[in-house]
Amino acid sequence: MINALIPEADPAITVDGLVVKIGSRTIINGLNFDLHRREILGLIGPSGSGKSVTLRALIGLLPHAGGNVTVMGRNYAQLNRRQRVETQRNWGVLFQQGALFSSLTVKENIEFQMREHLHLSPKLRSDIAMIKLDLVGLPAAAAHSYPAELSGGMIKRAALARALALDPQILFLDEPTAGLDPIGAGKFDELIVTLRDTLGLTVLMVTHDLDSLAMACDRIVALADGKLLKAGTMAEMLQSDQPWLQEYFHGPRARNIGS
Amino acid sequence: MTRLQRGLGQGDARLIGGNAQHVALLSAISDAAHETLPSPHRTNILLVPFAKFGRIVIGAFNDIFAANAVQGHLMVALGRTLTFQAPLRFASFVHQFEQIVLRAIPIVALISLVVGAIITQQTILQLRTFGVTIFVVDLAAILMFREIGVLLAAIMVAGRSGSAITAEIGAMRIREEFDALQVMGVDPHQALMLPRVIALVVGMPLLAFVGSMSGLAGAAIVAKFYGDIPLDIFADRLRGAMTVTSVAVGLIKAPFMGFLVGLLASIEGMKVAGSSESLGQRTTSSVVKSIFVVIVADGLFAIFFAAIGL
Ligand SMILES: Nc1ncnc2c1ncn2[C@@H]1O[C@H](COP(=O)(O)OP(=O)(O)O)[C@@H](O)[C@H]1O
Ligand SMILES: [Mg+2]
Repeated sequence: MINALIPEADPAITVDGLVVKIGSRTIINGLNFDLHRREILGLIGPSGSGKSVTLRALIGLLPHAGGNVTVMGRNYAQLNRRQRVETQRNWGVLFQQGALFSSLTVKENIEFQMREHLHLSPKLRSDIAMIKLDLVGLPAAAAHSYPAELSGGMIKRAALARALALDPQILFLDEPTAGLDPIGAGKFDELIVTLRDTLGLTVLMVTHDLDSLAMACDRIVALADGKLLKAGTMAEMLQSDQPWLQEYFHGPRARNIGS
Repeated sequence: MTRLQRGLGQGDARLIGGNAQHVALLSAISDAAHETLPSPHRTNILLVPFAKFGRIVIGAFNDIFAANAVQGHLMVALGRTLTFQAPLRFASFVHQFEQIVLRAIPIVALISLVVGAIITQQTILQLRTFGVTIFVVDLAAILMFREIGVLLAAIMVAGRSGSAITAEIGAMRIREEFDALQVMGVDPHQALMLPRVIALVVGMPLLAFVGSMSGLAGAAIVAKFYGDIPLDIFADRLRGAMTVTSVAVGLIKAPFMGFLVGLLASIEGMKVAGSSESLGQRTTSSVVKSIFVVIVADGLFAIFFAAIGL
């Protein structure tokens, strides 16, 4: 069993008392949760509750004002520059708008990190890029398009291919299905689940999409006012009598998720 | 109406007429929270232009002299590049050099030629009264090389490239491309800003020289046709009037001005947040600040060189 070799016990990411400040405002105030290996964790919360800020703090775009974040058993704050880059290579990030480099084609976007960090022959780079493109379900013809020529759904997929370029172990997604039509969103969820099953990815996704939560997520973490409201499975969320969760999961838009 | 209803108290005001839709709308309005926002502080309308101007001046000086993140990141990026800890990005530098410097040559040459011609025409007009028209050559030599060439080049670059750099960086920030770079382990300051700033620092002396030479050419043309000074006499006189010092003074200023434009443009680009409106504001502010700072810097240089007797 390959699984036995990896210390399954410790989580991919442990967030312990995270505090994030922007200017003098405390946005996240003592947040705790674990991201287990090979799970898809949904991060929910009211608008402005700090979901994106949490994500940006975890991927190192915002400084931590307090608390510990342990990534793959290493305390992120205590890493030096080189170790930090090494750790960063273990994760892929899908930004809300895709954030593809608009001056590069889709293929060049996927190749970008390989060109920056690895010494590969152009042929090999190109082959890997095409495999990633295939992995996310984009036609090979899309390789030479620029991001401006793609539809919203294709941009998300292309950005996902770029996030997967260096075979990361953790994938961060910020509202991946926002702005997609329901069918496109459903397919995207399926894709994430498939990738988790085949590549053994660990996924943290911020989402507002109840269908995604029901279909793709193993566990859910709910935020409110920069603090943990509740963490648990869908069933536990549905049973909670916390007012916001009640409204969220039993409101007019949540008709069929309990079934 | 809701306000009236509240003022009178629920009992005293009743709605007469109106259909169910109207009633629903009114009750929705009166149910909505009715907090009053504090009215924003208003400056006297006559003072607004002065207040704005003051903010630009203070802002520009803060950007340059107050320690800020962009300066620090640029220094680190430069250090890491020079010690080969980060890639050289030669291709990017060459591309920026072409965009910022080479493509600016025609326009810098053109405006310097025209400005040189205009100044010479006015000078000749004045000098003629004293019968010493020939001194226009001395004046042109000193003025073009010490001031006009470098100043016009710097203003042109501030308008052309300062705006472009701010807009590029700002757009990348809005679309989160900037964050994406960082997440991929690439320092955006090193990858985006450094090649541009270095292209400006290296390229400005070239542009200043082109500007000075074109200004001088404009002067020579006007001197020939308006001041009746033939080209060979102009050249002869120029040999005596032009010193290495005036050329050096002009060229020494150029890299500093390039750096200031690059720094201000980068700082403004980093301030872009959220909306495309902010992008527009920052781009405008970048150009205004750069042009202002370049002219002030030129003045400071003039004082400095006068003080050390050059
Ligand atoms: N760059 C920023 N500057 C200032 N405030 C910010 C910034 N980013 C987010 N915030 C604030 O942090 C809070 C949480 O934002 P965010 O994490 O984006 O919310 P959401 O949960 O909807 O993703 C909001 O109140 C927002 O105003
Ligand atoms: Mg958000």
